[in-house]
Amino acid sequence: MDIVVLIKFVPDLVEDLEIDTATGLLDRNFLRLMPNELDEHALEQAIILKERHGGRVTVLALDTGDVDEALYTAVAKGADRVIKILGDGFDRGLGNRRIAAILRRAVGDVRFDLILTGTQAVDDLDGFVGALLAADLGLPYVGYVTQVVAADGRVVARKEYPGGLNAEIEVNGPAVLGIQAAERAPRYVVTSKVMEAMKSAKIEELTVDEVSVENELAVSSMALPESGTHAEMIEGNVQQVAQKLAVLLKERGVLA
Amino acid sequence: MCGEVCVFVEVLRGEVKDITYTMLAAGRQLAAGLKTKLTALLIGRDVQKLVAQLGAADRVVCVEHADLAEFNPDAYLHVLIAVFEQHAPRLVMFGHTATGTDLACGVAHRLHWPVATACRTFSLGNGTVQCSSLTCGGKLIANGPLPEPSCVVTVMPGGYKAKDGQVHKTPAVETVSAPGLDQVRTRFKQYLEPPVGDVDITKQRILVSVGRGIQNKDNLALAEKLAAALGGVVSGSRPVIDQAWLPTTRLVGKSGKQVKPKLYLAIGISGAPEHLEGVPEAELMLAINTDPKAPIFDVAQYGATCNALELMPLLTENLKK
Repeated sequence: MDIVVLIKFVPDLVEDLEIDTATGLLDRNFLRLMPNELDEHALEQAIILKERHGGRVTVLALDTGDVDEALYTAVAKGADRVIKILGDGFDRGLGNRRIAAILRRAVGDVRFDLILTGTQAVDDLDGFVGALLAADLGLPYVGYVTQVVAADGRVVARKEYPGGLNAEIEVNGPAVLGIQAAERAPRYVVTSKVMEAMKSAKIEELTVDEVSVENELAVSSMALPESGTHAEMIEGNVQQVAQKLAVLLKERGVLA
Repeated sequence: MCGEVCVFVEVLRGEVKDITYTMLAAGRQLAAGLKTKLTALLIGRDVQKLVAQLGAADRVVCVEHADLAEFNPDAYLHVLIAVFEQHAPRLVMFGHTATGTDLACGVAHRLHWPVATACRTFSLGNGTVQCSSLTCGGKLIANGPLPEPSCVVTVMPGGYKAKDGQVHKTPAVETVSAPGLDQVRTRFKQYLEPPVGDVDITKQRILVSVGRGIQNKDNLALAEKLAAALGGVVSGSRPVIDQAWLPTTRLVGKSGKQVKPKLYLAIGISGAPEHLEGVPEAELMLAINTDPKAPIFDVAQYGATCNALELMPLLTENLKK
């Protein structure tokens, strides 16, 4: 089973996000980017499927800056091919509709039975990359997938609903699946394996020129949320906070 | 339904989900502002009996077929495209859910409409519909116009009250026959029931809920001891469940359980919207997170930014005094 995995680089939410006063949009100047967490789950699920059924795993990422390490890490985890997609203006931030159009061009030459990607990315605003790509390629799509089982040329995706309920959905391939979680936590690879991959593997580069995208959504402004309410902050060192919290909990009478 | 506001009714195992009422509440306001009608689009098998719950809509368009009994992404997409090719609404609303997110992009792409996701509020301004979305884990709000003539959105809870969309009156029903579904490439096989046997976190009075901030599985023991001292149990947010540090039965949030404890103590949880959907009714919420800008502090009554790993044993000790 040949699988393509898409990795999107998204803002690291541990860092503070700032608004660029000139544009009114997210300031991308000092933005630290990282692979979208659910895309890492998609990679893990792809490698699990490869281990079970054979085949090749190809990982694609747009060159939004500093993506090489993530691609070498993918090789160290078991990916066979890693492709960096080059193009103009990727570092300025792209909408998902545009990303999907670029990826459509990029997967054109790759053989696949399944495309896996995170069911969402943390910075989505105009759709979801996997679902849009599926529509663009004319393939079926199932999202919120937490397990993929392949047997007798058929794929069964386990789709997650709230409250721990799941549904099994059978899918005719080729198809795109949006991964909510891999069936087990993404594997960890030691740095030495990544270094080894840097020496032995080659990142293929593919340039995708202008793509035409219709009906892109325009974001007119962004803002940091200002909540009407804010928690009353308990100050002091950790010992003092512990004492104050214990008193608060006892006073509020919530304890059993 | 041309030019109307259309809400896709989300049904799971015969039950209309709350997000539908949130969307009907939003749609009611928008339809009034746009001087148009609000249509609810109901797809399934034997679903006409649900029409009486959709009184917030001016009318219900109903599509029934045996193959639509349970949610089937490709089949539902076929139906939606067939319906909207006949009549293009001004706005189509889907829940920002496991169901709605499977459909919104396909509809938008096939019909050449824009799609906006994670929308919380809508307004009319500058001659068009404006929407406000929550992104980047709740740390950023994005505002923008929803272009004419038609647009698809996915809606998150938070902007409108579901009960404002719950009107018990039977609106006019229009039945539309399903298109041919023999080309459909996905099939519903079966439901897999949630695991049983673990404690039911929805019935707990006190929850100590842990997130990514607890750093590793070994630190879970600190939370367990704290929960024991409080007389509660430990629950968690998505990253903790995905790492298998806690079983899925303990997941609080959109894809897990909605809890309503007297005390919700959030440890190392940033408060992404998906998590907060799971704690709408905690009586008292306390949050510990080293990031003073974490969205969790906007919903908690009390907070502290100290190191949770140091705090937990000290708090446990103080509670025992």
